[in-house]
Amino acid sequence: AYRTDEGQPWVLPVVKKVEQLIANDNSLNHEYLPILGLPEFRANASRIALGDDSPAIKENRVGSVQSLGGTGALRIGAEFLRRWYNGNNNTATPVYVSAPSWENHNSVFMDAGFKDIRTYHYWDAAKRGLDLQGLLNDMENAPESSIFILHACAHNPTGTDPSPEQWKQIAAVMKRRSLFPFFDSAYQGFASGSLDKDAWAVRFFVSEGFELFCAQSFSKNFGLYNERVGNLTVVGKDADNVQRVLSQMEKIVRTTWSNPPSQGARIVATTLSSPQLFDEWYGNVKTMADRVLLMRSELRSRLEALGTPGTWNHITEQIGMFSFTGLNPKQVEYMVKEKHIYLMASGRINMCGLTTKNLDYVAKSIHEAVTKIQ
Amino acid sequence: SSWWSHVEMGPPDPILGVTEAFKRDTNSKKMNLGVGAYRDDNGKPYVLNCVRKAEAMIASKKMDKEYLPIGGLADFTRASAELALGENSEVIKSGRFVTVQGISGTGSLRIGANFLQRFFKPSRDVYLPKPSWGNHTPIFRDAGMQLQAYRYYDPKTCSLDFSGAMDDISKIPEKSIILLHACAHNPTGVDPRQEQWKELAATVKKRNLLVYFDMAYQGFASGDINRDAWAVRHFIDQGINIILSQSFAKNMGLYGERAGAFTVICKDAEEAKRVESQLKILIRPMYSNPPVNGARIASMILNTPDLRKEWLVEVKGMADRIISMRNQLVSNLKKEGSSHNWQHITDQIGMFCFTGLKPEQVERLMKEFSIYMTKDGRISVAGVSSGNVAYLAHAIHQVTK
Repeated sequence: AYRTDEGQPWVLPVVKKVEQLIANDNSLNHEYLPILGLPEFRANASRIALGDDSPAIKENRVGSVQSLGGTGALRIGAEFLRRWYNGNNNTATPVYVSAPSWENHNSVFMDAGFKDIRTYHYWDAAKRGLDLQGLLNDMENAPESSIFILHACAHNPTGTDPSPEQWKQIAAVMKRRSLFPFFDSAYQGFASGSLDKDAWAVRFFVSEGFELFCAQSFSKNFGLYNERVGNLTVVGKDADNVQRVLSQMEKIVRTTWSNPPSQGARIVATTLSSPQLFDEWYGNVKTMADRVLLMRSELRSRLEALGTPGTWNHITEQIGMFSFTGLNPKQVEYMVKEKHIYLMASGRINMCGLTTKNLDYVAKSIHEAVTKIQ
Repeated sequence: SSWWSHVEMGPPDPILGVTEAFKRDTNSKKMNLGVGAYRDDNGKPYVLNCVRKAEAMIASKKMDKEYLPIGGLADFTRASAELALGENSEVIKSGRFVTVQGISGTGSLRIGANFLQRFFKPSRDVYLPKPSWGNHTPIFRDAGMQLQAYRYYDPKTCSLDFSGAMDDISKIPEKSIILLHACAHNPTGVDPRQEQWKELAATVKKRNLLVYFDMAYQGFASGDINRDAWAVRHFIDQGINIILSQSFAKNMGLYGERAGAFTVICKDAEEAKRVESQLKILIRPMYSNPPVNGARIASMILNTPDLRKEWLVEVKGMADRIISMRNQLVSNLKKEGSSHNWQHITDQIGMFCFTGLKPEQVERLMKEFSIYMTKDGRISVAGVSSGNVAYLAHAIHQVTK
């Protein structure tokens, strides 16, 4: 979760404002939302992902399912795919998850009934970057119709994203091999500060004519973590296909949570449909993204100034909340035990934990860990 | 070509679909007796005063929006368990239970269903009363369980087929799962009397069945939260370690906020800890952690003495209005000159009433009178008001005379 420079959680100012508007609106009540969610939320959420001028939206071949956070969107998508993709109830369809990935991806697809969950090469520990060749090889060798979970931006946990050129190569292979793109978009806007930039990959795939799913989370970019605001965007060949898909997703939703929670969706819908509130939100998002970017550049420059062995450009080349520092487990142990700096054994740090007050200490500690421990 | 060419159009959801058809109707006299959402006597949704107060209190605390734990808001889950079991429950005191927050009643039922699928080894069979809430079957089916039925409703008398139920239940294979509606049976409104509950408990215990209570109307049925929870507490007193799903959609009017809870009563606190860990493993890949808003409101109400008192008055108010509408519907039917016996309307309890109307009659009510209900003849009494009860009686009389 995001933290301010004081190390505190941050409720976005625009969220506070909109909550007040909602509280003062006596026409509102707590009635059930439709099964697929609040219509104004669904339309706006998908519009944010695909762009105002999205041809898919214009052609009426986009569907949306309001979900319980990004996890809920992934689960509804996974349950649908298990029932209807690549045949009927084909639990043998391979599902590919990046190595590494958010560990819950595996569980979501497993609990949805998929029996063959595999990894695709992603993180190259030696060069501390994307193993594009490994990734493309895995796609070449994947059985046709395999499902690939792609991180739209700010890959969790590595912070390493393909460049636009690399995305183009990925899309080309996926098209040729008939692979299904399931995007996980949890950080749109939060990663670079630009909604469009962070949605580039999803929009590119749409422009290439793919049918795809995109699980969106508004936990981070709206700071609405505990309200569970998410959206599953479905892009299909045409309106008729999308309509049928949504009707089946409705059945899945009905036995999972019946209808989604209204509070968070109302906040997002109200914000996104008002030009003024939208601008305020964008500003809040940029505040968060900029702080993280600043921490990245400050950490890198300190490490380079200290002459810490190794290269540290990956700190600023990576993007989003997380960074794979490259520290090995022993070095991590040193950080935790001797310096009381908590990070994952994988070397992953949460950039949001950095503040102007602790940057020096963290940089010095990394320096010690790297020079003392091999 | 599309990946989805072979995907069939799903049928409209029977219950929520009724509301959608209602919305499209332009007749000014239209009545929505479909979905079970409470309406005041002006036919409007009712936001409880205690809910508004709780919301204001919550807003003033300026809390953050950090993720809840996977199992939900602790103050809420604890209060939910106490509400169901009673504060002096030995189960609560010993800690031999786990309660996790669920996405209202549906989500709580589904967590339970998934838990049974994964951990209840003796049987895949869940026995539902005939009839039951329409969504019970697909919930359990999607979770990987099989559905069976026991006799419950007697269409000849529009009341409980107690001997049929006892007969069927006494023959259920041991270690099967039986689902019981704690109060205000949905869709029939037919509940066992306390004496009948005692016999059911004894039989269920003898057959060594796992009992799954669905309690979606505590307080809303009789107006008395303890009376509505009597069956649940009696079973527990008889040494039956039940599992339980609760909803706060109706009794607190929190429908769209999705406040609910799932409880497993265990052998001891240690077992409860193990069960809790497994429930979390089931929840995490479904939606990670639950939504805060409804749980916070419910928790504020249950845990703030003044608000709790106010809530008890308001929930009784809702129950009383429904009971009053039942009485008025019957008296209006008599006034219309109907020769049928409509006593079941006042004998039944809760949101719903099984009118006994047949599908063709339901169809006519919809087409000729713009009165909407589910095909099984179930009406949501909450949709009846002093302003339209006469029209409803008139229409029912027209299609049944």
